[in-house]
Amino acid sequence: MRTWKVTRRTEPLGWGSFLLFIMAFGISLAISGFLLFLQGKPGLGGILLLLEGGFGHGYSLEDTFLKAIPIFLCAAGVAVCFRMQVWNIGVEGQYVMGAAGATWVVLTFPDAPMWAMLPAMGIGAMVAGGLWASLPALLRLYAHMNEIISSLMLNYIALVILQRLVYGPWKDPDGAGFPHTMVFPDPAVIGTFLGRIHYGLLACLVCGLGLVFFLKRTRLGFEVTVGGENATAARYAGMPYARLVLFVFVVCGALAGLAGGIETSAVLHRLSMNISVGYGYTAIVVAWLARLRVGRIALFAFLLAGLRVGVENLQLELGVPAAFAGMMEGCILLTVLAAQFFDNYALRRVQAQPAAAGQKGAGA
Amino acid sequence: MTFALFLKVLFSAIEQGTPLLYATLGAIITERSGVLNLGVEGMMIVAAFAGFFGLHLTGNPWLGLLAAGIAAAFMGSLHGVVCLVFQGNQVVSGLALTILGLGLADFLGAPYIGTVTKGFNPIALPWLSSLPVLGPVLFTHDVLVYISFLLAPAAWFVLTRTRWGLALCATGENPQAVAAAGLSPLAWRWVGIVVGGFLIGCGGGYLSLASSHEWTHSISAGRGWIAIALVIFSFWRPGRAVLGAYLFCGVSAFQLRLQSAGVLQIPTWLLDMFPYLLTLLVLLLSSARGKGRAAPKALGVNLEPGA
Repeated sequence: MRTWKVTRRTEPLGWGSFLLFIMAFGISLAISGFLLFLQGKPGLGGILLLLEGGFGHGYSLEDTFLKAIPIFLCAAGVAVCFRMQVWNIGVEGQYVMGAAGATWVVLTFPDAPMWAMLPAMGIGAMVAGGLWASLPALLRLYAHMNEIISSLMLNYIALVILQRLVYGPWKDPDGAGFPHTMVFPDPAVIGTFLGRIHYGLLACLVCGLGLVFFLKRTRLGFEVTVGGENATAARYAGMPYARLVLFVFVVCGALAGLAGGIETSAVLHRLSMNISVGYGYTAIVVAWLARLRVGRIALFAFLLAGLRVGVENLQLELGVPAAFAGMMEGCILLTVLAAQFFDNYALRRVQAQPAAAGQKGAGA
Repeated sequence: MTFALFLKVLFSAIEQGTPLLYATLGAIITERSGVLNLGVEGMMIVAAFAGFFGLHLTGNPWLGLLAAGIAAAFMGSLHGVVCLVFQGNQVVSGLALTILGLGLADFLGAPYIGTVTKGFNPIALPWLSSLPVLGPVLFTHDVLVYISFLLAPAAWFVLTRTRWGLALCATGENPQAVAAAGLSPLAWRWVGIVVGGFLIGCGGGYLSLASSHEWTHSISAGRGWIAIALVIFSFWRPGRAVLGAYLFCGVSAFQLRLQSAGVLQIPTWLLDMFPYLLTLLVLLLSSARGKGRAAPKALGVNLEPGA
């Protein structure tokens, strides 16, 4: 009698890993199509419409690129934290605070020339995001507070602060009472170079390459990875574990803040509640799908940005709510998490032990 | 503060604390078996929709509640499949569940926003509600509140005084020992996920069946995360979950009363932050380490397959 047995893989799966992702992704699309079908909408047609809307035209590819930029920066930050098993899920709040930081620079120095304005906005965004991210880190280090919940609560709090700013002191005096700041002057707007794609893409490139160099070639980057794999070992090796936790939080906050600053400047041209559309949560999905590798994050940021654009298309064509994108992201992450099992384990047919065979037989 | 005000605050604390209490008790049961569940928020909102939808279809709030419990238990089972069968990371799987649930509930619920239903209504219990002072405060609620009065002691009794509860808790502390004793840690983790999920679902269902009789967007409003914070506050014990849930909502209600009485002049934006600041405070209060306060030792650690 032969049965299945789970064994640990000794060699990495390689391309099979990619195949698994395609399968998991396909299952998620099938589930999503089925849900559309349940609501009396075309299932397969809806999914095709979604993919076409995200990747099918030059115009939609531009949109996808635009959304991929903030998602990439946030996900890169998330990956640094997750590598150290520091569960920072407050990226959305750090992104919002970054947007607020950049806006503060614009509103305080509205007449600055572009060469001073844009770098100052970038710094303002990174400092604001980094400081906001340091809060859950300090709470964890000095008050032993669980960073998952504290960073998430700070997301809600950041949104209230944003609301307070755009409804109160930062409201455009000429805006007919609408809750947003004045339109940024030209020197505070990041330009475009290809269609609507803006130079924020360069920031992604610089940050991405910088991060790869940092993680692969520097001592600190090595410590971050080791610190995540084994905190106890890291402490024995004399690594400053507490400082590393603070460091990864601040790096993530700065990257997310930069994403927020770039988004306000290049896409919205002003600060409003529209800045927060959940990129910070998508970034968590992207970082994990990419298995925390910077190069793959670029790929998956593009893919999930395309899904978001595709869902906007579905919204227009079939009246599907925007929440559909979140549902798909959760579904993809769950199926991929399950599929990753086969990266580490293999199922093999083996000759069962007589005793075990008896048990299996009784069970079946 | 007058005594009458205290009674009013206590009444609101019980009323608003009940969904949190169900969810916290459910999360305690799941986590006691060693499964970290960050999907509570997603499970609650899906349960709230299922409860609303069940009631909308059948007109029977009890069937709505059943639908809510089953929906959340099903969501929990997805977490179980990913973590218990496929060895996925429990933190990430829980987050995925929350992202999925928030999207799913808003997607399915979009056509029904603003739909009014008849859910559970307050029933004054005969005799008990006419007890002096505390009678009206404790016994003029809806029936789910009364069930929660019995549920917390029941959860305490089952977890600490029965073989089943001990097996479940031992799985969260030392799964190898449970296996050595001839029990299946895997099976007990499934029990934790499904039973805990059902209770989390009752908490979610309460929101759409009793708290409000209308389906609205984002109905859970972070309560799942507050429940997770309360699990830590309660040191994974049902008794302290009661204290935590009522205290949390009592402080909120007290602050609202002061505000509406004009005693305090807090700007509205600060009020909007209040539940989240209070959650941080709750975590701060419970973060001091001590005996009997630690999380289950095997919490978040997967069982090795094929062992």
